Amino acid sequence: MGQVVFDGVTKCFGDVVAVDHLDLTVADGELLVLLGPSGCGKTTALRTVAGLEEIDEGSLTIDDRVVNDVEAKDRDVAMVFQSYALYPHLTVAKNIEFPLRQRGADRAERTRQVHDVAETLGLTPYLGRKPGQLSGGQRQRVALARAIVRSPAAFLMDEPLSNLDAALRVQTRADIVSLQERLGTTTLYVTHDQVEAMTMGDRIAVMDGGLLQQVAPPQALYAEPANTFVARFLGSPGMNLIPGVAAEDAVTVAGGTVPLRDALLPLAPVGRSLIAGVRPEGLRLDAAGSLEASVVIVEQLGAEAHIIATLDDGTRVVVRQEASRPSPGLAETVRIAADPAAVHLFVGDGSGRGERLG
Amino acid sequence: MAADRSKATRRRRWRLVGRYLLLTAGAVVILFPLYMTIVNSLLFPHDLDRQPPLFFPIHPDWSTYPTAWTAGNLGIYLRNSAIQTVIIVAGQLVTSVLAAYAFAFLRFPFRRTLFVVFLATLMIPFEVTLITNIDTISSFGWYNTFQGLTVPFLATGFGTFLLRQAFLQIPRDLQEAASLDGYGHWRFMTRVAVPLARPALAALAVFSFLAAWNQYLWPLVVTGDNNAIRTVQIGLKQLQGNQVQDFDVTLAGTIIAVVPLFLLLVVFQKQLVRSLTAGAVK
Amino acid sequence: MTRRRVREALLGYALILPALAIFGLFVFYPFARNFKLALYQAPPFPNLPSRYVGLHQVGQVLTSSNFVQSLVTTLLFVVLVVPAGLLIGLFLAVAAQRQLRGLAIYRIIFSSTVVTSVAVSALVFYSLMNPVVGLLPWLGINPHPSALQNSTWALPSVALMAVWQFVGLSFIIMSAGLQSVPEEVLEAARVDGASNWTVFWRITVPLLSPTLFFGVVVATIYAFQTFGQIDILIGYQNAAYEHVNVLIYNVYTTLVYGGNPGRAAVMSIVLFLITLVLTLLQLRFLERRVQYGR
Repeated sequence: MGQVVFDGVTKCFGDVVAVDHLDLTVADGELLVLLGPSGCGKTTALRTVAGLEEIDEGSLTIDDRVVNDVEAKDRDVAMVFQSYALYPHLTVAKNIEFPLRQRGADRAERTRQVHDVAETLGLTPYLGRKPGQLSGGQRQRVALARAIVRSPAAFLMDEPLSNLDAALRVQTRADIVSLQERLGTTTLYVTHDQVEAMTMGDRIAVMDGGLLQQVAPPQALYAEPANTFVARFLGSPGMNLIPGVAAEDAVTVAGGTVPLRDALLPLAPVGRSLIAGVRPEGLRLDAAGSLEASVVIVEQLGAEAHIIATLDDGTRVVVRQEASRPSPGLAETVRIAADPAAVHLFVGDGSGRGERLG
Repeated sequence: MAADRSKATRRRRWRLVGRYLLLTAGAVVILFPLYMTIVNSLLFPHDLDRQPPLFFPIHPDWSTYPTAWTAGNLGIYLRNSAIQTVIIVAGQLVTSVLAAYAFAFLRFPFRRTLFVVFLATLMIPFEVTLITNIDTISSFGWYNTFQGLTVPFLATGFGTFLLRQAFLQIPRDLQEAASLDGYGHWRFMTRVAVPLARPALAALAVFSFLAAWNQYLWPLVVTGDNNAIRTVQIGLKQLQGNQVQDFDVTLAGTIIAVVPLFLLLVVFQKQLVRSLTAGAVK
Repeated sequence: MTRRRVREALLGYALILPALAIFGLFVFYPFARNFKLALYQAPPFPNLPSRYVGLHQVGQVLTSSNFVQSLVTTLLFVVLVVPAGLLIGLFLAVAAQRQLRGLAIYRIIFSSTVVTSVAVSALVFYSLMNPVVGLLPWLGINPHPSALQNSTWALPSVALMAVWQFVGLSFIIMSAGLQSVPEEVLEAARVDGASNWTVFWRITVPLLSPTLFFGVVVATIYAFQTFGQIDILIGYQNAAYEHVNVLIYNVYTTLVYGGNPGRAAVMSIVLFLITLVLTLLQLRFLERRVQYGR
């Protein structure tokens, strides 16, 4: 019912293609995260749904209605801006009430709705204040309240947490997720922070350079990235990508080999140029390991340590291990073992990127 | 789908066209009076009364401009205006810099009160001081002199305000570093403060130039029928009075008088905007 | 006080002295003297001393029909010039706001009238308003007597020209004000369902109110100071002179042609008071806005 469908949507700014033939369906009631680095087109895509940008090609459907030519004010979507965009000259109550005024409900009804929403978000004591007198977190809640109050077909959120400090961000993240679940409204959420994406999204759509890279639930994205970009972008630190050449039952790389599991062997005929991908948790320091590397730095993170080392050809490799285990010293040569079950294969397209195999 | 796309872009194109039409209409309305002035300035006197009026000079009379320049003495008047304006601008810059520096960097008793006194001058419009100033100037014997034209305007509260703002932006650390390096006030002012406040100085200079060049009432009352001192604004009035028959010459003079300022606008648009909006936006 | 402090203070006084001297002689002294002049009546023949009459002259001037008419004319002039000038400037500023190619030229054209002097703008319009030379006969507008001699049309004609000249400044001020209205707030309003009209009146205009207020004050002060155009276009000898006799012009003619500094002083004090009230109102308004933490 309240689903949002991108069908070949394209948006250009002069010569720059910001959104490139995007095909994406946001299911009714789902919270879909648009994730990607700055400039990848995620915010532009969001703004086309809001009606703040007009699309050049393709069609956009909200709630089974094609909205290409529909003005922003008639689209029945609500947006939470990164800077909150509250009306500075109106009180909190009037800010929340503003969308309702355009819909012509009578005053008593409007006041009731405003109070209900304010109650839900804990804003009742602030109704008489102006945005300039509120803290960042409070303003963010007012922005949310203004979006919720009209029960739109979809919520659009543009990095709503990026202006909050870290502690508040974690708290508010959980609040937004539970709110969305309770209301059941389709939500399109834009962020560049992959931790936010992983914890909040029902599904994540990763974008880069205007192109959709992959859309899947968080775990699937993490466990089976469709290409090297997604593999690198998700996870902190991202997946290790090691270029090499296929050999008997492994990939030969600078400094050794990376073993492959049986299922992947048919895809790796000897001599084929490949990229082996392993997440840091799939590697361990092992005297009998198949890879030799030189330690650059060891990052101690409390519960775990990240050992960053380089292979002969300069490729960086990060190994994750518990803090209890001994860490190597700088410039030490170590041997690394890879768990075959955790190794992915990508075939390069020549530009340093690769598509997944298998 | 192709139909959708073209419909959306077509509508967008129409809106763009509409916008440009609106802007162009506005521009035409604004420029129309000046355009007609230029056209009329190039007509022969007998063409001026034509009904319907000519919107384009088919047989332009180029002699109007040289005539305005020589017979109308515009060359001299322009020179006079230039001298008057340069003196006023220089004076205002110097007095404002000195006073603003004192208010921004020095401490002395009644500093606050004195600054308010400076600001109070902004509230006293020129017309109110007119009567007595005329008497003062003539008692100094400065009637028909450049002193009479310029001295009352050598200081400005607005300029002091503007420059003080600019000086206050200079971080304290810079001052302290400079004094550690042995910079006295004079050197700090000339080597550090003034260069750093250059945008504000430029804005003030442009604003002062405009105000001084366009003065009308004061030059009218303190200069008489004396070509050596008359400014171009009064000169235009003179031209109109003398050349009642040949209005096109008067108009040519008008164009000559305004062209330098247009060049000023085009080149110094940013500074002008900054000075004019100093009170409007926080 | 330490020696250094004393030196610093002396330097401070020395630096502000030039400006202060100019202000003292050419601003404060004349201002104060006005009050004294207002109390003295001019002699019927020159070379006779003026006579102290005290507040009697003030009362006389304020109740004279000449003064009252002048005041009314001035207010009428303000009403004609200020709203029109501000609205046109606002309209143009809104039109020239968004990013468009070639916008810079339009912006220069719209602000161009700010560099025209009173003499220039007067003569420019003179050629348009002239009954023989001008545009009006062609448009079929042929008032008798001609526009600038006409008792009904003289003031509106001057007002039209003042509006034209003021539009440049108005555009610049309104454009600057519009910059301070955040784009995202306007977008939020659009997504919230507001039509363009609603966005303009409920969001843009309220957020623009400090600028509008500043504009009103500047425009009114400008209108009060309109002198040169009247002098060039109409002048003292003109039949319609009474109908354009705004306060400032009255001060000038009373002083120069009437030789009556006492009367002129009274009128200029009134002028001052009006300007003062306006400026104070604007400062008060700004302060209140700042308090609300806008």
